[in-house]
Amino acid sequence: MNYLFYISSIVAIAATVMVITRHQPVHALLYLVVSFLGVAMIFLSLGAPFVATLEIILYAGAIIVLFIFVVMMLNLGRESAIQEKQWMQPKTWIGPSILTAILLGELLVLLTMGGSVPMPQQTVDLKKIPLSLYGEYVIAVELTGFLLMAGIVGAAHIGRHKKKYLHRFLKQEEEAV
Amino acid sequence: MTVMQHVWIVLGVLFVLLNIAAGLIWVERRMLAMWQDRLGPNRAGPLGILIVLADTLKLFFKEDWIPPFADKWVFIVAPAVVVGSVLMSFVIIPFTPQIIVSDLNVGILFFLAMSSLGVYSIVLGGWASNNKYSLLGAMRGASQMIAYEVFMGLSLMGVVMLTGSFKLGDIVNAQKDMWFVVKQPLGLILFFIAGIAETHRLPFDIPEAESELVAGYHSEYSGMKFGMFFIGEYLGITLISAVTVTMFFGGWLGWSFLPPWAWFFLKTFAFILFFILLRASLPRPRYDQLMETGWKILLPLALANLMITGAVALLIRG
Repeated sequence: MNYLFYISSIVAIAATVMVITRHQPVHALLYLVVSFLGVAMIFLSLGAPFVATLEIILYAGAIIVLFIFVVMMLNLGRESAIQEKQWMQPKTWIGPSILTAILLGELLVLLTMGGSVPMPQQTVDLKKIPLSLYGEYVIAVELTGFLLMAGIVGAAHIGRHKKKYLHRFLKQEEEAV
Repeated sequence: MTVMQHVWIVLGVLFVLLNIAAGLIWVERRMLAMWQDRLGPNRAGPLGILIVLADTLKLFFKEDWIPPFADKWVFIVAPAVVVGSVLMSFVIIPFTPQIIVSDLNVGILFFLAMSSLGVYSIVLGGWASNNKYSLLGAMRGASQMIAYEVFMGLSLMGVVMLTGSFKLGDIVNAQKDMWFVVKQPLGLILFFIAGIAETHRLPFDIPEAESELVAGYHSEYSGMKFGMFFIGEYLGITLISAVTVTMFFGGWLGWSFLPPWAWFFLKTFAFILFFILLRASLPRPRYDQLMETGWKILLPLALANLMITGAVALLIRG
């Protein structure tokens, strides 16, 4: 099981690096899908199949489709890819990369020094998830509901039809109807 | 079960499914002709059944052209995504109590996850073609499939509530006394409508809409890449029929004079024929009509169905 965890982690990290370095936005989003699938596999290898499937349904299957939808509507051509390429000069990313690499090395040293925790081997029972969501964490669930409702109200407000201004002939016609 | 048995089941399922998908080329043409009072394929072989062979050979030997203005790698990947995701969904379908690739405990959620990944084939195929008709088809496909996916999941949750399990094996066993079509008629209708939209079959084939968009998202595809979209569509029909049978019509259950697999295939085949009958008889709705019905009528109906089912289930259990 450990091997599955490490392989899927490596896939997820590699895909995420590719997301950052692609010039073409749709290619970047495709790698993001692979990264989400990798994360879903991590959940699965840790014994959480429910979270894994939700990760695929919500993130890979719905949210990224919307992202790609928007990118398709914008129809970014070759110019934006060239611009992205110009922004990705080595002098802009080498400095921060070296510094974060040092921090990563420190983190790895610290992690190996501390005692390791064995990976959970049992699968989470599906029925436990709703029971804890609607029992122990019911307030959090309801607060999230408020938050999402606010989002929907905002979207409805933005997408509301503007008042129609008609030419006077058409107005008469409409009133006659 | 030993490893070898698993391998045999996987190979057997793949063999049967791909043959069904190929055979449907003939079945669809023949049935459409019958319902529309035409002759249909009748030249190659008895009743024209060798049209399957002729069509496949034609697809294999056609020039497989990638347009120079297309995004090459995405263009190649897109048709594989649809076949891959549909074949992955068949992992959870119990053909008989023994013949099932894996009875996952997330069961039906896995089917929903894989069918939500199927959208990518349309979106990427249409985008990579770099063609205005294809892009329009891809945008229609994306919005249609997202809209109909939402209540596709919700319409199945009534059955899950009554069973108390996501496992398809448990769901079939719970229908020993009564098929869920009796208790969840609304769920069945909603799921089937969503299924037609997911497989973008007529009357909901607006991503393709040959009368407006040439061939929609696969206008630029030729040869075996087009063949993959073609096979993916037939596999999708088989998948939706198989899931409908499993969730609402008792899967492999039936009287004992026929073996379980025969019952499963008979029921599935009846739904495949229903898909073809729909194609033969219904006109295509307009794009905005499709979206309005989806969000304003079918989604609230699915939510109401879920609420009533939940209330009744609570009342019965006390």
